[in-house]
Amino acid sequence: MSDKTNRRDFLGMSFAAVAAVGGAASLVGMKQAWDPLPSVLAAGFTTIDLAKIDLVPGKPQTFTWRGKPIFVLEKTADMEKFDGDLVIGDKRYTVSIGLCTHLGCIPAWKKDKWKCACHGGEFNSNGQQVFGPPPKPLNIPPFSVKGTVLTLGEEGEQSKAMMTARA
Amino acid sequence: MAEIKESFFSAEGLEKRLAGKKFWKTMMTEYWIPKDINFLWAMGVVLATTFAILIISGIFLLMYYKPDTALAFDSVNYTIMQDVAYGWLFRHMHGVAASVVFLIIYIHMFTGIYYGSYKKGREMIWLSGMLLFVTFSAEGFSGYMLPWGQMSYWAAAVITNLFAGGSLEAWGLVEWIRGGFAVNDATLTRFFMLHVFLLPLVIIKLIVVHFYTLRIPHVNNQSSEDIDYDAEAEKYLAGNKKESKVIPFWPVFLSKDFAVLGIFLIFYFYLVFFNYNFAMDPVNFDPANPMKTPAHIYPEWYFLWSYETLRGPFFDMFGLKAGDIGLMIFGFAQAAFLIVPFIDRDPDILPAHKRPRFFIWFWIMIIDLLVLTVYGKLPPTGANAWVGFYATAVFLLLFASMPFVTKADAKARGAL
Amino acid sequence: MREIKILAIVVFFTGLLYWGVEPFAHSKLHPHVPAPDYTFSDVDGLNGLTGDATKGAEAVASNCTACHSITAVGFPPVMDDATSAASYGVVPPDLSSAGKIYNADYLAAFIKDPAKAAKTAHKFEDGASHPMPAYNWMQPQEIADIVAYLQSIAPKEMTNKEVFADACQRCHSIKYGDFYGGSMAAKTPDANIKSYMGVIPPDLSQMIRSRSEGFLHEFINDPQKHLHGTAMPRVGLTQDAEDQVVGYLTEAGDSKKAEREALRGPFLAYLVIFAIFAWLWKTKIWRQVH
Repeated sequence: MSDKTNRRDFLGMSFAAVAAVGGAASLVGMKQAWDPLPSVLAAGFTTIDLAKIDLVPGKPQTFTWRGKPIFVLEKTADMEKFDGDLVIGDKRYTVSIGLCTHLGCIPAWKKDKWKCACHGGEFNSNGQQVFGPPPKPLNIPPFSVKGTVLTLGEEGEQSKAMMTARA
Repeated sequence: MAEIKESFFSAEGLEKRLAGKKFWKTMMTEYWIPKDINFLWAMGVVLATTFAILIISGIFLLMYYKPDTALAFDSVNYTIMQDVAYGWLFRHMHGVAASVVFLIIYIHMFTGIYYGSYKKGREMIWLSGMLLFVTFSAEGFSGYMLPWGQMSYWAAAVITNLFAGGSLEAWGLVEWIRGGFAVNDATLTRFFMLHVFLLPLVIIKLIVVHFYTLRIPHVNNQSSEDIDYDAEAEKYLAGNKKESKVIPFWPVFLSKDFAVLGIFLIFYFYLVFFNYNFAMDPVNFDPANPMKTPAHIYPEWYFLWSYETLRGPFFDMFGLKAGDIGLMIFGFAQAAFLIVPFIDRDPDILPAHKRPRFFIWFWIMIIDLLVLTVYGKLPPTGANAWVGFYATAVFLLLFASMPFVTKADAKARGAL
Repeated sequence: MREIKILAIVVFFTGLLYWGVEPFAHSKLHPHVPAPDYTFSDVDGLNGLTGDATKGAEAVASNCTACHSITAVGFPPVMDDATSAASYGVVPPDLSSAGKIYNADYLAAFIKDPAKAAKTAHKFEDGASHPMPAYNWMQPQEIADIVAYLQSIAPKEMTNKEVFADACQRCHSIKYGDFYGGSMAAKTPDANIKSYMGVIPPDLSQMIRSRSEGFLHEFINDPQKHLHGTAMPRVGLTQDAEDQVVGYLTEAGDSKKAEREALRGPFLAYLVIFAIFAWLWKTKIWRQVH
């Protein structure tokens, strides 16, 4: 009698375990169906040739990388020299992800700094937060430099160092 | 099987197979509701009707809407609004109903709080109702994304960005939710799936649960009296309708529902035809532009109070960053009302006007939520930020104090 | 009685909620600006002079037709839109209707100094100049003659769409105006207008829904009021012409307005009848139980 009970329990429990494993595996598969598509991930690299984009010092241009705006500013002679600048030859650049670090709105360039219309946050020409609610400086996209060509999406030595300098 | 000899094609035969008369009695003519109720008791049927309007108008919108970032805006604002016969009417009905349903949900919810309809056996009704509120919120949020206007895009961007807060960023949670780095076409189509299929299914199932959990404890009444339903039902069935304390769902309760519904429909369609900008924000008639943030981003009015709790704490406290505190309070706010049955420590079911301290607590809650709502729409600068801060603090204090307030009333009454 | 009290409380708080979220919040988010000025009192206009249209004809032929077509009197465009956009930055307007749709003082001021009248002087610093030269060297009487001539050749009646095409379509597309045919694109190609204005001017298809009529009148009459520093010129439309532009925006963007306004009365009347019957039935049923 007890033998039969144990075997029935054991079989019932093993069956439940097998069903649970199948269910868990299905959930993992379903989670993966929600992942960004390979084509979306692959499109995550953008190149910018600083020599070819007609940058006017003091007037930043906006590019797109992974759906985010990227601010590229060539500094004028009056703008302060900063450790976190991207230096190429005798030109100094600020490269940032153009999303306010407060709640993600896109700040607008007003003469000598970026002002965010959403809650009044401000970032200076180094990308550092100087006023209002933003808790951190503008983020720096991972990028590598070859000559005057920036490749956004792959982390290089410079982008890591720049983020530290800005903080 | 139990063999039924009567023919399928006869009245008795059909009755034996389906028990239609028995079903009708159980669900309608002998489903007993208290007689001592007011028009607020009709809000449930008003909600069911509004939900039906949303489904039916949604079906017609679904025929022409295109869930693609390149096509969505024009499929709504040209094809549906200007080409399809009465397309504009279905769109206006859908948008206004989506907004009005939350007004009725809030009235329904606060009626429940006022009369203690979440206590002593009715907790499941309350919980299933609050789950309906959460699901309707998700339904509203996902639906708002679909026209792909400026507000659609930026509300989606800001709210999905919340999942990048603090330590969540490392998990890649935002990219997983969005199906990409930024809000994009994959985000639109999956929220379309949620809005049109999955969430409506969940809502319908929750409504069934909500109705089911209502039957055994019975509907509450204005004086929160504990009625002997069997005795009162007998009185009614014996012909003593005037003395009985109960009424049947059909036709008596529903006749009052229909009368309230008649007034409601005038109010609702007045909004559909004359005053719809509050539900269809003009900013959303600008096509989505990921490179241009609108000057003012705000959610629909029914989310403003909890949105304001997110912005309420605007400076660091207790060693935590302001943003993180806001996120925690915002998370709490979504589920806060779920715990109401369990932090009310008064053992009696009574309407608020018979619980003096709770009465004050109730009206402070209403006013605080109104303040949070209005300030949730305004830019959080200067004095507005401080009002938001204090209103958020009051919100938290109200929940923290509820056990004490309710216990005090019970003690004063001699019940504890 | 108690139910009326409860209804009053619900209505009160709902009304308070609506007021706070709509009119009150909107007054904070959109500060008040001065009303439109259709006399353009700030410009250095005709200053009371009346012009001679015949003399104006000569002046126009010698000064304006090099760049401007005037199809009404036999001066067709010398280049197609793409070429003229590439040459000037933007397609120059045909002047056939200018005398009707633009205010006379504004026209005089514009001819004297285009960037100043249009309030776009801030765009033309650092050596850049307006594609149309300033005619401030001309005698004021000659300018008055030109304005008089333009008024004499202008059509008496124009459809809303024609006013829009002349006043706005060089820079703004309104694709809903011809959704399947595509004829309501902006006349200046995107690349040219982007470098001329700094951005591509928005498509106006839903502008009548995204902005209120009041806002549109304030904005068109002087874009700087709502969008300080904008590249959009003040074009100097008369009040009638501006009403026609807004009328066209409604035709393209809210074409079901008439149907909506026709349906709402009968629809609500039906619902009142429905509600009356519902109440009567409820009263009959409840009489048994009270």
